[in-house]
Order: sequence, then structure tokens, then C-alpha cells
Amino acid sequence: MKILVCISNVPDTTTKITFTNDNTQFNTAGVTFIVNPYDEIALSRAIELCAGGKGTVTVINVGESATEPTIRKALAIGADDAVRIDAAPRDAYFTAFQIAEYAKEGNFDMILTGRESIDYNGAQVAAMVGGFLDIPSVSIIKKLDYDGTTATLEREIEGGKEVVTVTGKFVASCAEGVAAPTIPTMRGIMSARSKPLVVVAAQPIEEVIKVVQFETPPARGTVKLIPAEEAANLISLLHTEAKVI
Amino acid sequence: MSVLVYVEQVEGKFKKSVFEAVSYAKAIADKTGTSLTAVSIGNVADNELQELGKYGAAKVLNVASAELKNFVNQAYAAVIAEAAQKEGAEIVVLSNSFSGKGLAPRVAVKLKAGLVDGAIELPQLDGGKFLVKKGAFSGKAFAVTELVSANKVIALNPNAFGVKESAVTASIEAFSPAVQPTDLTAIVKEIVRATDKVSLPDAELVVSAGRGLKGPENWGMIEELAGLLGAATACSKPVSDADWRPHSEHVGQTGIAISPNLYIAIGISGAIQHLAGVSSSKVIVVINKDPEAPFFKVADYGIVGDAFEVVPKLIEALKAHQA
Repeated sequence: MKILVCISNVPDTTTKITFTNDNTQFNTAGVTFIVNPYDEIALSRAIELCAGGKGTVTVINVGESATEPTIRKALAIGADDAVRIDAAPRDAYFTAFQIAEYAKEGNFDMILTGRESIDYNGAQVAAMVGGFLDIPSVSIIKKLDYDGTTATLEREIEGGKEVVTVTGKFVASCAEGVAAPTIPTMRGIMSARSKPLVVVAAQPIEEVIKVVQFETPPARGTVKLIPAEEAANLISLLHTEAKVI
Repeated sequence: MSVLVYVEQVEGKFKKSVFEAVSYAKAIADKTGTSLTAVSIGNVADNELQELGKYGAAKVLNVASAELKNFVNQAYAAVIAEAAQKEGAEIVVLSNSFSGKGLAPRVAVKLKAGLVDGAIELPQLDGGKFLVKKGAFSGKAFAVTELVSANKVIALNPNAFGVKESAVTASIEAFSPAVQPTDLTAIVKEIVRATDKVSLPDAELVVSAGRGLKGPENWGMIEELAGLLGAATACSKPVSDADWRPHSEHVGQTGIAISPNLYIAIGISGAIQHLAGVSSSKVIVVINKDPEAPFFKVADYGIVGDAFEVVPKLIEALKAHQA
């Protein structure tokens, strides 16, 4: 079994988000980058499925050389080898196309991603990879089992879940529940240094979208405090003042 | 030329988020001087399809094929792309629902289109540019994006635009797209839906609780408050990590990002990761016994007090209000 896991290099969840260059670029100064938390879930499940010599896990990242520490972290978690497509991931369409081009040659049984990245929150790459490869994709799954030929996936839907089976190659984006993120062991960290990390050139594709400006949300007003003993007043305030109930 | 909106049905009915998407697509059609066509896939009765006219869909393409009864991403994307080509639609609008998140990217690939997912405003047509705003960095920022491709796909966030009536009479047209068997290899085996619960992602009102509740056995009052309000229930990450509540209720940076009209946070301190997922809420109420809880800094209304004393008072007041 061969599994390809797509990982994104994202700012740590505690990062204060600021922008430079007239609010057109994310300010990376002093920012710690991590493996996108959702991608860690996908990676952990892939490692579980391949445990005991059942298969190999390759991680792929579309990024410039600065993302290599993040890729090494994925290798420390337990991936067998890694690929970096040497380009800035300008948007999901570009990123998915690069992954699909690489995957075409790799004969992977499944391709996993996280449900979304915590920077651009696109939730697009998995389904776009499926689209470029013309294979099934299932987005936002909570559970993944695989018997060697057929995958059984639980997909989140509004107010419930859907169970889907797929036979043959597929792409899925993973959310909480699929696996618990794996903490790298010291042995994993040491062995990550010697695992293969191949760098591949990006393929050209037309530009379909670009970010022209970032904005930060306006500051909220000051809180109106209601004494605990007068808690009941909140209901009338929500009705008459805020007009939300 | 027209705008196409995909209208997602649930058991033959359309939810409010669909009428929002139709209203939004109609506003784009008006802005660009074109008409609006809706495409529906699955078994939906004509009277339900007619409802779409209320919000501006002049034409409805109805795909009522048995093999497309259940949502299959690949096949539905092919149908929507074919409908767009049939109608000469350069702009396709969908709801940014769980299914929409899986569908919109595939439609974008089929149409070689740029996609804005989670749009929160109408597009700005600025000097020939087509600009759409969406949330980024898990609610900590917005990104204004330009769709530079000829075809464009937009997935609209729930509660972002509202429902706007624009009465026309919808003409319903049967549509039989060419579905390839290879598009139907993912098979839906089972659908489990809690019909008595308000769905969290598109809920207008949300009651959320955190570790301050001390244990899963204390959620009864949260459920009761949510029930009286007609609200969805949610929780913080530590609560879902401890299995007090299901992961599907976890809101925040690594859970679901929501944008309800009202978010009531009970016993949640307001870590940066939690705030990221809820900061788009129109009104935030925080109930916490710690006056220094960071959540109070972004709240509109706050009560410094013990949840076990405050929530029952709110329940009583709400019952009196509704009497």
C-alpha cells in the first residue's frame, strides 16, 4: 500500500496575524511555522494504516526551501519519505495541480490531506487533486478504514454523518476523529534527518485567482457587563437591544 | 450568459442557506446584467423547486435521476459543470456547506475556474476586476481575492448574506446530463441525521460551553438553554478532546468556524484558537466566573458569575419571555 499525504506549512496557531507590503503579504517575521494541524491528523492515520510493514507513507509539500523543517517534522512523526515541489504555493488550484502531477506517476492507493489549512482555510486542495486526477474525493471525513481494496469513510454532514465506500484510488480530506495526532519520538526525530527528501520542479499552470489585499477585522466594542444576580436582564437585552432573539 | 446557482437539497427540501445562496447569486446576476438559473440534483417536488423563484431564480434545471439520489462529489460536480456550460454561465454559486466544500473545488477544476470559498460579501466589480472577500487565518483576517479566470466559482458562507426576496416565477426544466459510470464509484452506504438538532455550521444561534462545566453530566442545562432558543450546541477543544462532547461540536481554529447572529460562551476562557473560530459572530455573550478571562475582551455582553447559578436564571427568564 502506498499513501501520499499532503502537508501545508502554516503559522503556529498562537501567531498574531499581521501583514506587510501595504497589506498584500502575510508578515512572516518572527513567525514559527508548523505542520498544518489537520494534515497531522491525515498523516497519523496514514502511518497507522501502514504500520507493521503494510505500506509506505510519502509526504508532499508545495513550498520553497524554507518549508523543509516542517517536512522534516512530518518525517519525524513517521512518514517514510518526502517530496517538495519547489514553488511558492500561490493558491489551492496551483498547489493541487502540482500534487496531482506528481501523484500521476506515483501509483498511490490513496491521497490524504487535512480538511483545510489554518492559514487560507480553503478546504479546496483534496477535492481539486481528485478533480485533476479524475478520481473520487471525499471531503471532511471523521473516520477512515481500509481493507486493501475498499475504503470506508465517514463524512461529516450538517447534523449528522454519511458513510461512503470507495473501491480504487481516492482522495480524502481528514478532520478530527480520523486519528489522534502523533507526537514524534526521539528516535523519529533522529531518523528524520536521514530519510529521503526529493525536490521536484513545479509545472506551469494558468493563474485563476490572486489575493489583492488582506484586512484585519475591526476591533469589537467594549463589553456590557451585567451583574450575575441580574442575569435575567440579558434575555431582554438580546431581544430589545441586540435584536438577535 | 447567466449566473448558475447549485441548490443543495436535504431529503427533498431546501434549507435557509440555499435561499441565501440563491439571493446572493441573484444579486450577482443583477450586478452583471444577466439572469439566474438554479440547478437541483435529487428528488425535489415541483412546489419546492418553485420556492427558488421567490429569491430570483428564473429557471430551474431539475436533475431527478435515481442514480444521483445521493450526493456523490464527482458526479455532482460533472452535472453542475455541464449545466454551467449549457447555460453559458461564467459564474457558479454554491453554499459553503460540508457538501459544498467538497463540490466547489471539483467544479472549479472542471471549468478551469478560480474559486473563492467561504465568501462573506457580494463581489466588487472594480475597474474590470472581480473581487470577492473571504475569511482567512481562521477568522483572524480577511482576504480580498481577485478571480482572474473567465469562469468563476463562489461558495457562500452561511449567515453571510441573508435571504432577499426577489419574486419571479421559476420555469422548471428537466435536465438529463451525461453521467459517466466512473463518476459514481463512491457509494453512499448510510446517512445518519439527528433531525431534532439544529445544525451547527449554519445555525443562527449557538450556545457553547467549555471546561467550566466541570463534566459531561452538566450539559443538561446547556441543552435546555439551546432548546429554548432554538440554538445549536457547541463546545471548546478541551471538551471535545476529553470526549465530553462529540468532535462535530468543537468550534475554533481546529474545529468548525462559525458565524452565527448570537454566540453564547459559557465557561470558556477564550484562548486565541477558540476566538479565531467564533470571532465572526455578530453578537457574543460570555459567561465566566473569571473576570480576567480573555473572552470578555471581544464580548458584546458579559456576566461574571458561576455558570451553575447564571444559566438556570437565563432559562427561567427565557421561559418567562416566551410565555
